[in-house]
Amino acid sequence: MDCDRIDSILESYGYDHSAIISIMQDVQGIENYIPEEALRYISEKMELNLARIFDIATFYKAFSLEPRGRHTIKLCCGTACHLGGAAQNLDQLKRTLRIEEGGTTEDRLFSLETVNCLGTCALAPVVVVEEDYYDSVKPGSLGKILSTYSSDSED
Amino acid sequence: MSISRTRYDAVNRIFCDAIKDEAVKIPIIIDNRMVQIEQGTFIIEAAKKADIVIPTLCYHEAIKPYGACRLCMVEVVQNRQRRLVTSCNFPVEPGMEIFTDTPGVRKIRKTIVELLLARCPGVSLLQTMARQMGIDRPRLKKRNDKECILCGLCVRFCEESVGVGAIGLSNRGTDREVATPFKVASDVCIGCGSCTYICPTGCIEMLPDEKTPCLRSMKMEGHSCPSCSNNYQCDSCATDQEFLVEMRRVVSEFRNLAEKAPS
Repeated sequence: MDCDRIDSILESYGYDHSAIISIMQDVQGIENYIPEEALRYISEKMELNLARIFDIATFYKAFSLEPRGRHTIKLCCGTACHLGGAAQNLDQLKRTLRIEEGGTTEDRLFSLETVNCLGTCALAPVVVVEEDYYDSVKPGSLGKILSTYSSDSED
Repeated sequence: MSISRTRYDAVNRIFCDAIKDEAVKIPIIIDNRMVQIEQGTFIIEAAKKADIVIPTLCYHEAIKPYGACRLCMVEVVQNRQRRLVTSCNFPVEPGMEIFTDTPGVRKIRKTIVELLLARCPGVSLLQTMARQMGIDRPRLKKRNDKECILCGLCVRFCEESVGVGAIGLSNRGTDREVATPFKVASDVCIGCGSCTYICPTGCIEMLPDEKTPCLRSMKMEGHSCPSCSNNYQCDSCATDQEFLVEMRRVVSEFRNLAEKAPS
């Protein structure tokens, strides 16, 4: 855990209790998840109840207390994407990455999530890796998408 | 529902006269009875002053209102508009007329009790409430066998009155539950046992623990209140007053101990 970086995040928000969600988002940005020690550290430094922070961390789906992969894959399972074959894409992803929904690969490169609608139904079926949107995804094209991210990290 | 013009004018006139008499307090009408009450007090307090009992599960005088159980719903008529509000956290304002026992209010309360009973079928307090409200057979299937109604009393009491905050609510939706952070034994709990007392359904149990044995000196026998239909919040409730005094003693004792031996 990087105490100095957390300190600088806390400093930038002026230890403001009302900014706790933004602070936690920034802390999550360091390692892509919030380690237990980090939560305890924030609670101590901000003089905020740990139970309260734990409530926020478990309430919002955006926060993860479990380690997550470097790249988060969001697979849309909304109506349009479902009709376009999102289920097949999901099966293919599960097979290639050997993980379940919400899981993380052993090398901590990818996390797989399903979402209910991304609001880009015209692009169905959609897969989002980090911030990049991929439209009209077919099970066959998933390998190519994943390989760009796998090779990225090797550099 | 709209209120007739003449009735509105009549009520308004009464209010205007009453405001002249009293500078600090404002008059409100609860169930056709006039009560003088300071502006900003919550409806439930005003009702108590008028000897009207509003059923509730998540309200306690000693802590801030939360509005979780929705059982204290009342109808408020203001500016010729009628609406349903939770009386525990709705402050009174001049020109307000409150109805605590209309068919609409009764229906809502009944539904809430039915829902709570479906969640926690084994809780005697809810069974009593259901009987009082005339629910013979719950329409809803008993889906859970939980005892916690998520009123948040224990969490808020621990944080506000005891000043510790050892437990909190976590997760959301159907997974929401009261738990310690990371679901491990809390290192800040002083073992005062107020959560076991304050819990309206009696779902928190006190177990002997080697870590904090000397501090658990609160008299707890018969103090748990699952059988009180009014959640021990009547003015005359001696048990509650006794408990608050005892709780303060235990907390201050703990604070003194902590000051003497800084770790």
